[in-house]
Amino acid sequence: MTAAPLDKTISPPNMSPPNKARLSHTAVFWIGFCVVMALLIVAPLVLPPFWRGFLTEILIWGLLAMSSDLLIGYTGMVSFGHSAFFGLGMYGAAAALILVSPPNLWLAVLFGLIGAASAAVFVAYFSTRLRDIYFAITTLIFSQIFYVIIFTWTSLTGGENGLIFDQPHFTIPFLVNVPFNSTTMHWFVLAVVAGSYLILRRVTQSPFGMVLQSIRENEARTRAIGYPVERYKMVSVMLSGLFAGLAGVLYAVQKEFAAPDFVYFLTSGEAVIYNLIGGVGTLVGPIVGAGFFQLLRQLLSQWLGDQFPYLIPLGIVFIAMIIFLPQGLLGFARRWLNR
Amino acid sequence: MGAIGDFIHSIPIDLLIIQTVNGIVTGMILALVASGLTLIFGIMDVVNFAHGELFMLGAYMGVLAFATTGNFWLALVLASLIVGVFGAALQILTLRPLIGRDPLNTILATFGISLVLQNYALWQFGPVARKISEPIGAEFTLFYLQYPWYRIVIALLSGAIIGALWLFLKYNKFGVWIRATTQDRVMAQAMGIPVPLVYTGVFALGAAMAAASGVLFAPFGGVDSGMGLQWVLEAFIVVVVGGMGNLAGSVVAAIFISLLEAYAAVWLNPSQAVIVSFVVLILTLLFRPTGLFAVPK
Repeated sequence: MTAAPLDKTISPPNMSPPNKARLSHTAVFWIGFCVVMALLIVAPLVLPPFWRGFLTEILIWGLLAMSSDLLIGYTGMVSFGHSAFFGLGMYGAAAALILVSPPNLWLAVLFGLIGAASAAVFVAYFSTRLRDIYFAITTLIFSQIFYVIIFTWTSLTGGENGLIFDQPHFTIPFLVNVPFNSTTMHWFVLAVVAGSYLILRRVTQSPFGMVLQSIRENEARTRAIGYPVERYKMVSVMLSGLFAGLAGVLYAVQKEFAAPDFVYFLTSGEAVIYNLIGGVGTLVGPIVGAGFFQLLRQLLSQWLGDQFPYLIPLGIVFIAMIIFLPQGLLGFARRWLNR
Repeated sequence: MGAIGDFIHSIPIDLLIIQTVNGIVTGMILALVASGLTLIFGIMDVVNFAHGELFMLGAYMGVLAFATTGNFWLALVLASLIVGVFGAALQILTLRPLIGRDPLNTILATFGISLVLQNYALWQFGPVARKISEPIGAEFTLFYLQYPWYRIVIALLSGAIIGALWLFLKYNKFGVWIRATTQDRVMAQAMGIPVPLVYTGVFALGAAMAAASGVLFAPFGGVDSGMGLQWVLEAFIVVVVGGMGNLAGSVVAAIFISLLEAYAAVWLNPSQAVIVSFVVLILTLLFRPTGLFAVPK
């Protein structure tokens, strides 16, 4: 329920004429950031258990969508293959949690990131040679390759049934070793997502991020200036894949299972939908989009029953948004958020 | 050398011949799906994610029309007409407002359409696959198999439809409009060709072809709401391998890929055999990004 106020707090209305504002842009940004963080930190304490888990899940989907925003919104490449990174992160974490006992959280993160990175190197190397639609289709096909491998390699991955494992404890070596509950899990996920946001924001504002944006605006000119465009694209795909993998790890740790369904390309499609709904090129937009989508879905199934095909109205909303509001919910704040 | 010799001797020739026939039959249906897709891409720059769902809707319409009329061939025509009209409406409502925008917008819009249609079909028709009996019961003996003539008829019929499309594009006035729009949209418009109408017409044509292949495939696959997904992926691969917008190329590529998959299925299980076509696609994109059968302009 707290996902809705996100868009209000991040861009206070008094900031719309940027030059006349009293507070500096940086100050307002950090105040907004802290307010949202405070709300999200308090949220699990006041929400009933179901909505607590729900909010955590939104953050995880938001992280996945945010990682693909680096490609869609900044480099100008639409990836339909993020389910591969998400899935490999998930299965990597699963491997660590099953093989090592007692299950170790940081080992799961490490294994997940290695899994996602290996998929990302592979995908980045081949698919960045292509542009636009061809890039989208190639990434989709790559994710399907990983899906088929995971789905059919039953002895290793559990095939269709997936893998079930125990939740690791939250550990800081020699200091803390406590089991997660739904509140601390939420805080952990929140910390990871917020950290990822700050890193990605820093990346997009760095010289590297500027080159990515110039590739989006005019690839030929960027190349003519002398930037090795392919190398930049590869790095951006790999970076994006790492964060998608991190989302996969979080999901595995929260839900205590890994399933091939998440590697299927519909997961990537949903990540793209979150981006479009929330606003591409804003980084926080995708989280808002994920919240909007999941909340609407949840409310629809509560009002109309579990059997109701929620994707019909949501799909129609999505199509209408592409036609009438291509900038997404946070599109109006895009320039402000990227300054 | 001994190992290779053993391997060659272990190849089951009869199985390979059966798989050749199977591959050509699926290849022709795939060619029908892919030629609609490539027509839409060639003219509108739209990668139609919803093409598989039009295929699936066609199959459902075929089932319904068959239940009402009792005649398979009439059901085939009816289903194609209904889905064709539906495709035209879909294009006017969702894709026409996107003309002139980034082509990625249209991918996403058609992805949305595909989600909606797929879930609608699941909701309306339920998760249980519908069956439709083969209109031709006769079989012939192929080694140890009783092979249904119907499959051969499908392959021929698909070929005939593609041939008719080719003739239509070559000689019919609307077909000439379509080709002119493919070559140079702005010039075609300047010459008085109603380009928006051509767009709608082409989308309707592509939808009708997808529906026709859906009905033809229905008797041996069963009809369910998820059937479109696997076909649209295969059709994408075919269209890219054959060269985007290249009709003849996609027919050849469809047969090529279906044969490869059919042969691969001799040694692998069918869900792994799909990887063969993925690999073909990746190799194509790396070494001949314009398609294996692209004609240099």
